[in-house]
Amino acid sequence: MIGSFFSRLKQSGFWVIAPPYAWLVLFLLVPFLLVLKISVADLNFGIPPYTSLVDLSDNVLTFTVHLRGYALLFSDSLYLMTYLSSIKMAAITTVCCILIGYPMAYYIARTEGSLRHLLLLAVILPFWTSLLLRVYAWVGILRNDGLLNNFLIWMGLIDTPLEIYRTDLAVYIGLVYAYLPFFILPLYANLVKLDARLLDAAYDLGASPVRAFLAVTLPLSLPGVVAGAMLVFIPTVGEYVIPEMLGGADTLMMGRVMWSEFFTNADWPMASAVTVIMVLILLVPLVVLQMNQKRSFLSETKGGQ
Amino acid sequence: MSDALGSLTSFGADADDCLRMVDLTKIYGDTVAVQSVNLSIKRGEIFALLGSSGCGKSTLLRMLAGFETVTSGQIFLEGEDITQLPPYKRPINMMFQSYALFPHMTVEANVAFGLKQEGVVQPEIHERVFEALELVQMSPYARRKPHQLSGGQQQRVALARSLVKRPKLLLLDEPMSALDKQIRRNTQIELVRIIEQLGVTCFMVTHDQEEAMTMANRLGVMTEGQIKQVGTPQDVYAFPNSRFVAGFIGSTNLFSGTITIDESDHIVIESDALTRPLFVSHGVSEPLGMEISVSLRPERLQVLRHQPDGDFNWAHGMVSHMAWMGSYALYQIRLDSGKTVEASVPSLLLTQAEPPGIDDEVYVSWHHEAVTVLTS
Repeated sequence: MIGSFFSRLKQSGFWVIAPPYAWLVLFLLVPFLLVLKISVADLNFGIPPYTSLVDLSDNVLTFTVHLRGYALLFSDSLYLMTYLSSIKMAAITTVCCILIGYPMAYYIARTEGSLRHLLLLAVILPFWTSLLLRVYAWVGILRNDGLLNNFLIWMGLIDTPLEIYRTDLAVYIGLVYAYLPFFILPLYANLVKLDARLLDAAYDLGASPVRAFLAVTLPLSLPGVVAGAMLVFIPTVGEYVIPEMLGGADTLMMGRVMWSEFFTNADWPMASAVTVIMVLILLVPLVVLQMNQKRSFLSETKGGQ
Repeated sequence: MSDALGSLTSFGADADDCLRMVDLTKIYGDTVAVQSVNLSIKRGEIFALLGSSGCGKSTLLRMLAGFETVTSGQIFLEGEDITQLPPYKRPINMMFQSYALFPHMTVEANVAFGLKQEGVVQPEIHERVFEALELVQMSPYARRKPHQLSGGQQQRVALARSLVKRPKLLLLDEPMSALDKQIRRNTQIELVRIIEQLGVTCFMVTHDQEEAMTMANRLGVMTEGQIKQVGTPQDVYAFPNSRFVAGFIGSTNLFSGTITIDESDHIVIESDALTRPLFVSHGVSEPLGMEISVSLRPERLQVLRHQPDGDFNWAHGMVSHMAWMGSYALYQIRLDSGKTVEASVPSLLLTQAEPPGIDDEVYVSWHHEAVTVLTS
C-alpha cells in the first residue's frame, strides 16, 4: 500500500515538482498565514506590537480573535475608496498595456530573424536597471522643471509647465511604463506560436486581413492577453513605489495605505487586515478565471455530442 | 468577391480550360523556385503535380492560391487574369496539408467560415454547411472541435470546408501526407469519388507517385522548378521522356548506349552494361552513333535459368539479392558488366517452378516493346 503510494509519487514526477512547491509553501503560504494571524490580533505596545492568538494562563487556553481591523475597514470609507481607486488604477493601467502592448507583441512575433531578437531585447532591456532608478528617471522627466516641460517650453508649445508630476497621470505613465513588458512577453510567446497556415486558410476562405485577424488571431491569442493582463493587474493593485514617487497626496492606492499602517502608525493588525482583504479581492477573479478555463477545457474534451 | 466573380468573361486559348498558367515564374533572391511554367488544366479534371521536396511544386500551389506573389507570368482562371488578386478574392479554395482547421471553432463553424465571409444569409449557410458535411459523412460531428477528431475525420472536415464555397478550382496540398498508410488508399478513392461527384476542377501537389497515379486524370512531373513531362499516369509511366521522369515514376533500370543500326522501323543499341544489344521496334529521330538512354521497367524483365533464344534483348548475370514483397519478388541481379538490375517477378510464377536463389546464374530477357528510349 505504502510502497505503491511512493511508486505513484515517483511516477508523477513528485520529486521534480517538490522543490518549487516547498518554496511556495515556505515563502508564500506561511507568510500569508502569519499575516492572516496578525490581522485578527489587536494592537499591543511592545515587541511584537500585537496580541497573540493563543494564550495559556492559569490553566486556561484562550483563543482571542480581534476583528477591529476588519471592522474599521468596512466602517471607514477611506479604505473602501482606496480599494476602489486601486482597482480602477490597475484596470486602466491594464487596458493601456493591452492597447499599447498588443500591437507591439504582434509586430515582434511577425518579425523574422535577428531583428526579432533585437526587438525582444529592447522589451527586456529595462529590467537590467533597478525599477527605483527608472522611476526616479520619470520624476526627472515629468517634474515641472523636468525634461518634458523644458522641451515643450523650448519648442514654444506651452508657456507654463504641465502639471503632471504628483498627479494620477504621472502614476499611470509610471505604471504602464513599468508593467508593459509583463504584458508583451506572455502575449508574444502566444502569438509567435500561432500557426501562419491558419491565417492562410482564413484568407483562402475569403477573409480580408482585418477579418482574419478578428476571427482567427485575436481569439487564439486571448489566453496570452489574459495571462499578460493578470501579470499587469495583480501587482499594480498593490503597487507602492510608483504611486509613492510619482503620485500626489490624493493618489489613493492600497500599497501606500499598507505602508503607512505598518510604518507610520505601527498598526500591524490593521495593515494585515488591509492586506488580507486585498489578497481576497485579487484571488476571486483568479479563481473565477481558473474555473472558467477548466470548464471550457472539460467541455472541449468531452465534446458537444 | 462578387464583382470578381461577376466579370468572368471567357477569353484565352481553350474554352475547356479551367486554369491556365503562362510563363509562370517565381524567383527568391537568386533562387529560381518556379521557372516558366506553362500548363493548362481542363474543367473537371483532377491534375496532380508530382515532385520531390524543394522542386517548386509547393511554391507553384501557393502562387495559385495567392499566398505568394508572382515574379513574372500570368495565371488565368476561367479566362480571367487572377495573377494580381489577393487570396481572399480568388474563387479558389485549398485543402491544406495539415488541414489548418481553426482550433477554436467547431466543425460546423469551420465549414461555415468561408460562407460567412461571403455574406451568405444564415439559413443558407446552415443548409450548405450540412450539405457539405453530409457529403463527407461528418454531419454527426458538427459540434465537435477539431482536436476531438481523428486525422481522417479532420481531413474530411477540411475537404468540406474547401468545397462548401463551390470553388472554381480546388487545390490539394499533399492531401494524404498526414494520414496513416493503411487508410490512405481508401481515402484517395473516396476523395476522387467526392471530387468527381461535384465535378470540381482539382489541382493537387504531392511527392507520392502512388497517390498521384491513384487520384489524377493527368499528372505532371516537376523538378528544379520546371515541369518535365505532362500526361496521363499510364502514358508517363509507360513512355517517360527523360531519365529523371523514368526514375521518378516507378522504379526502373536505366542504361546508356549507342545507336548502331538506325532503320525507320527499328533501331539497335549497343550498351556496355548488357551482354546482347537492345533491339527497339520503332525508329527514333536521333542519328546513328548517338549516345542515348533507355529504360527497362523491373516488371518487364524475365528471370530465366537458361539462355534465351535470339541475338538481342538479354543479359547474363547472377542473383545478388532477392526480397519477397508478397504479390511479387524483387530480384537484384548483378550483370557480367558489374551493373545491377532490378526485376520484379510475380509470386505466381515463382511457385510454379524452382525459383532462382541468391548466387544462382540467371539470364534476364525482355520483349522489344518493353524498351523505352529516353530522349533526354
